[in-house]
This record gives sequence, C-alpha cells and structure tokens, in this order.
Amino acid sequence: MTATAHMAGQPKGISALGLRKAYGEKVVLDGVDLEVPAGTVFSLLGPNGAGKTTTVQILSTLISADAGQAQVAGHVLDREPDAVRAEIGVTGQFSAVDNLLTARENIILMADLHHLPRNEGKQRAAALLERFDLTEVADKPAITFSGGMRRKLDLAMTLVGRPSIIFLDEPTTGLDPRSRRNLWQIIHDLVAEGTTIFLTTQYLEEADQLADRIAVLDGGKIVAEGTAAELKRRIPGGHIRLQFADVHRLDVAARALGQALRDDEALTLQVPNDGSIPALRTVLDRLDAAQIEAEALTVHTPDLDDVFLALTGNQVPGQVSDNTELAKESLR
Amino acid sequence: MSTSAYAVRDSMTMLRRNLKHMYRYPTITLSVAAMPVVMLLLFVYVFGGAIGNGLGLPGASNDRGEYTNFVVPGIILMAVTSGGVTTAVSVCTDMTEGIINRFRTMAISRASVLVGHVVGSVIQTMISLVFVLGLAFVVGFRPDASPIEWLAAIGLLVLLAFAVTWLSAAMGMGAKTIETASNAPTPLTFLPFLGSAVVTPDSMPVGLRWFAEYQPFTPINETLRGLMLGTEIGNDGLKAIAWCLGLIVVGYLWARAVFNRETTR
Repeated sequence: MTATAHMAGQPKGISALGLRKAYGEKVVLDGVDLEVPAGTVFSLLGPNGAGKTTTVQILSTLISADAGQAQVAGHVLDREPDAVRAEIGVTGQFSAVDNLLTARENIILMADLHHLPRNEGKQRAAALLERFDLTEVADKPAITFSGGMRRKLDLAMTLVGRPSIIFLDEPTTGLDPRSRRNLWQIIHDLVAEGTTIFLTTQYLEEADQLADRIAVLDGGKIVAEGTAAELKRRIPGGHIRLQFADVHRLDVAARALGQALRDDEALTLQVPNDGSIPALRTVLDRLDAAQIEAEALTVHTPDLDDVFLALTGNQVPGQVSDNTELAKESLR
Repeated sequence: MSTSAYAVRDSMTMLRRNLKHMYRYPTITLSVAAMPVVMLLLFVYVFGGAIGNGLGLPGASNDRGEYTNFVVPGIILMAVTSGGVTTAVSVCTDMTEGIINRFRTMAISRASVLVGHVVGSVIQTMISLVFVLGLAFVVGFRPDASPIEWLAAIGLLVLLAFAVTWLSAAMGMGAKTIETASNAPTPLTFLPFLGSAVVTPDSMPVGLRWFAEYQPFTPINETLRGLMLGTEIGNDGLKAIAWCLGLIVVGYLWARAVFNRETTR
C-alpha cells in the first residue's frame, strides 16, 4: 500500500501493528494493524464483542497489549504513555462524568487537571457549555441529565484539553435518533477543525456518515478495510430476506437455495440477489419446487449492512468460518 | 512546574472535588456520625448503669457517669472507623463508573485520585467526630485533658483516620459492587468492641481476651483514654502509633496495587 509509504512525513495520527490481547484463554485481539492519518476520521466497525473497546483501551493507554506496537500522535504507546495522554481525549461507552458535580464543575475539573489558569478554565467551560447547548443546565448536577445530555457533557469534558486525537467508543449507543444526529454534527465540526477521530460503532450508518476510512473488526481481526464506497463495492448486488414459519421450513429452504445466510433465531434466510424480477422469480420457483412457502420477503439494495453481514460472522456457529471464507471469496 | 508540583496540584484538584461532594451531600457526613451516636446513647443510657456497676470502676458513686467517661474514647474510635464505609463507597463508585477511566487517560498524577479521596475522607471523619464529641459532652463526658493532651489525642485520631481510610480505599477499589464496598469495612467498625472500648478485657473469656490484648484498637483505645482521662498509658502510646503507621503503609500499598491493576471493562 502506498498509504503506508508516505505516512512517515505526515503529521502524526495513529498506527498500530500486530496488536494482540487475551484475557486468559479468551483471545480478544488477534493481530490488529491500523493506520489512521492525522486529521481524518477512522471508524472501527464491528458487532458486540469484536474487540472494539479493547482496541480503544489499548490505544488510549488504559490497558497494555500483550504483543504488537503502536504509535499515537508520534509517541510510542508503552514507552511514553503520558506524552500520548497529553495529546488524546477519550469518550467511552459509559459516560465518564462526575454525577455529583454540576456540568460546569465537571468541565472546570477537567480544566484544573489540564493545569489551565482559573480564568481560562472558566472561559473554556462557558464556551463549551454554549457549544453543546448545555448553558441552561450548566449548574445542575449531572445525575439529573438524560443520556443525550450526559454524552454531550462527556464530550465537552474531553474537549477541554484541546486534544489532537479523540477516541469515541460507541458514542451514540443508546441515544435517541435526534441526539445521535446532534452528536454527528459535533463530530463533523471537530473534523473541520483538524482533529483526528478514532470512532468505534456498531452502526453502519454512523460509519458511513462520518468516516473517511472504515475497518471491519470481527473476532479480534480486521476482516476488511477501505472507504465506505470501496466496502460497498465489494458486495456485488443486494440480497433478499425470506422469513419462515418454523425451523423445518427454514432447513428445507436453506437446502433448496444453496448460498444463504441463515438466522435460526429470526427464522430468516438472506440470499444474494440483485432484486430484479427474473432473479426473484428464480428464488420463488425454487421454493415452490421444494414445496415451501415463505412468510415474508423483503428486497435489500446493497448498503454497508451487507458488507457487515457478509464480513462478520453474524450467523449460526459452525457456519461462521465458511461464510467468512465465502465473503473473502467474493472480495477477490 | 516539576512532576511533583503537578502531583500536589492534581491532588488538590481531586481533594476539592471530594470536598464539593461532601458539601453538596452533607447527609453523607451525618450518616458517618449516626452509628457512633446511636452506640453512644445505647451504651450510656441503656447499658451504662449495669455495665458501670459490673465493671466496678473507680469512684463508683455514680456508675453511669463513670461509665460514660470509660466508654466515650471507644465510641470516638468507632466514629473514626465508621468513616471507612463512606470512603469505600465513594472510591468504589468512582471505579465502577466511567470517570476513573477518564482520569487514567489523562496526563495527571495517578496517585492524586486516591490522595483526593483519602484526604477528603479524613476531613469528613474529623467533622463527624466533632458532632460525636459534642454529643458526648452533652451526655456527661468529662475529660480532664490538658491542651497538650488534646493535641496528642487529635494527632492520634488523625493517624488512625488515615489508617482506616487507606484500608477502606483499598477495599472500595477491589470491590465489584457498591454493596460489597459498603460491607467490606464494617468489621473495622466492630473491632473496638473486641478490645477495651466498652468493657475491660479481663471480663472476657480467655481466647477473646488474648485477641483483645493483641489487636490494634486496644492500645489505641488505652492511649486515647489515658490522654483524655489521665489513666495510665505506659507503652500503649508507642504501640498505638506503630499500629497506625503500620496500617497506613499497608493500606497505602494495597490501595496502590489494586489501583494499578484494576481497569473497568
């Protein structure tokens, strides 16, 4: 990749090579390589338990990797953790605010810990409260805040130190759609100011909206990387989704249709299909031949969800590796 | 500024944070005082007459009055130990909520988080101690300590408060839930009972008497009683200081070890 070659001379973002982490027997990260140029938004996308949070914890100096190397903002992670900490800001999945303090006090606490003079701390607090639309509730304790307000306060606290790199670990999980859009706008603004953003999410739409580059993490490994457009291109065509009444019908249909992602919980099959009339007819004919009736049929045109489903082992155990193989097959 | 200057500054910031919690939620400080207050009233008014009589304390013309003087130093120790519960709870709250991970990803002195909690808790304990002592005077506590002896007593109590608080901070940090954290330091609260706080150890069965002789609170209690009421201290003073310093070191090292190990998932 040429990207790696000309990295050296650029302002410092994040780079990691062969990160590994295991808790006892359980391998969480199994050799993760990452390259995030400064000033860009990078999204780590993956299902629950893929290792996203662990990656953020390692890169933000919270825990150490068992193996591998990483540089953040030009500093080697395990050699100069404090130099890294001075450059980064982290907003985790669980809001890291002091519940017993007010919004303003929380922000001033951060200013004090960044060793800012009193006045500057106060000014920055006022500006951030304004920016995040928290001025009205500035002097109320954080414990009274809704999820969206807490997340905003959390991010405001992260910004006090003007970090050049911000880690956002599932910043919109659990937020209502409006709060989510607000947060996206804030992230857009930060990027416009030149901040490097490392974002983890399980929402494809979010990665699609925000990220310059996306890496799909599954089972502790990066299974795909590229821009949203590149990733979408990798899955040719869309799919249809068939819903069945019971497992028996699901079984028979799965055999009749061959290549399909099945979900035993939802009793659905997902079949690659471009959604054209002849292609649909073929599928229906096969079901007829097997004397199976589907309860429902939906047509999906290709989106990042397809990439996600194809690349992450999101189906019954045992078929996981096969399907990942299959997905990789289709990438070539 | 040098690293150590930052360490002091960060610790002051953290202390301010904890004092703000205390100021905003004064009921927490009152709850620290509640247990020793109940014990004081119980031992003076319910058990006082009978125990005072049974112990045959000197000057037994007024059993309850004599017994009040006997039991108050022990109650004061209880007031110090019950401060440990709030320390453990507030440390555990920090550890289980996201805020600790924020602190860990900032370029701040790591010890400052703990120092803020510990110093804040010691101040809180001292405030609740003033309540308890005030009430003790109301119910008839009549110490004969000189100003120097008072200073020495306060010094000893501050040392003990640091010991209890560091131990409780370590317990709070290791606890997975707030409930566990609030239960962990409770045994400390009852330890004075198994010493010379409410009765003289001679009145106990052999095994317990042996325990009472050698546990830390007995020399601490005897020293406090000696300073306040003029009973004999002997080498209990040195033992008391040694115990406090020892427990401070153990509590500090333990708390630091757990702090460096734990990361919330």
